Amino acid sequence: MAGKAQIPTKNSALISMIADEDTVVGFLLAGVGNVDLRRKTNYLIVDSKTTVKQIEDAFKEFTTREDIAIVMISQYVANMIRFLVDSYNKPIPAILEIPSKDHPYDPAHDSVLSRVKNLFSTESVASGRY
Amino acid sequence: MSGQTQRLNVVPTVTMLGAMKARLVGATRGHALLKKKSDALTVQFRQILKKIVSAKESMGDVMKTSAFSLTEAKYVAGDNIKHIVLENVQTAAIKIRSRQENIAGVKLPKFEHYSDGETKNDLTGLARGGQQIQLCRGAYVKAIEVLVELASLQTSFLTLDEAIKTTNRRVNALENVVKPRIENTISYIKGELDELEREDFFRLKKIQGYKRREIERQRANAKLFAEEQLAEKVSLQKGVSISSAHNLLSAAAEKDEDIIF
Repeated sequence: MAGKAQIPTKNSALISMIADEDTVVGFLLAGVGNVDLRRKTNYLIVDSKTTVKQIEDAFKEFTTREDIAIVMISQYVANMIRFLVDSYNKPIPAILEIPSKDHPYDPAHDSVLSRVKNLFSTESVASGRY
Repeated sequence: MSGQTQRLNVVPTVTMLGAMKARLVGATRGHALLKKKSDALTVQFRQILKKIVSAKESMGDVMKTSAFSLTEAKYVAGDNIKHIVLENVQTAAIKIRSRQENIAGVKLPKFEHYSDGETKNDLTGLARGGQQIQLCRGAYVKAIEVLVELASLQTSFLTLDEAIKTTNRRVNALENVVKPRIENTISYIKGELDELEREDFFRLKKIQGYKRREIERQRANAKLFAEEQLAEKVSLQKGVSISSAHNLLSAAAEKDEDIIF
């Protein structure tokens, strides 16, 4: 229930990423990257060698960490762990599916956008997207 | 599930009727308030919905431009900048501040980003492509702005969705379960009280009738007695006690069967 879900008000939280190398590098360049004392990063680079298990673990870790407010996840990565992303329902951290460079963004796969689309009638915004 | 089965288990008294009426008033007021809340939330929800769709669209554009600028930077500065970037990660320069916004009693999270400390310039000292890298950094910072905005919209969307569902459930429960039940209880108590009143009335009538009959009987007795008295008096004047006359007749009837015949 929404009323019971605690929304912590914090002054410094991180953005974490699960994405392909280029996207991660770009955001790191902007300065969202963080490495803590135990050499734990707040991002995971997904390449051809990354297993689904690793992605799952990273997703679970990022969504349970206290200091992370937003988890950005490339859409094609989110599709690999779709069941986890869809079953996640806490307000914080927020899950954000972002397009990646070599995978075109498909709004139909986005767990939030598909719900948005359901709520909108067909003639409004959603129809213009296809 | 209709009519009499759906009522509270109460003792039908006047006090209970008053309490039930108070509860009905409370339920009605609560229903009206919750309905208003639901409406307010829905208005907010619609606004957020519109914003989300437009933000998602702009996200696509922003991500495209930032990816382009990264490619440009890579082209100019060489492909190995990503290794340098990956190795130079220390602490986050861009962080998120989260706070709450209160909309009709529902707390919505709101994210905003801020840059913490100085922007790292260790990469711009590279031999080539400093300009391009700066541009690329700017593009990604812009992307983060949009994404953070989108994230807070999306979180609000989910929270509001949940809140609206809960509120609507409560509205419906009040409207379709609680209120009919209280109304049924009230009508039950009223019926029961009416019945009691009728019973009372009937009993009073009955008692009245009984009393009247009793009085009539007594009056009749008194009348009879008075008549007897009168008869006695008259016969005494004639010299024969009416009772002895009676006795004479009856005694004669007993003893001499054929006094006449």
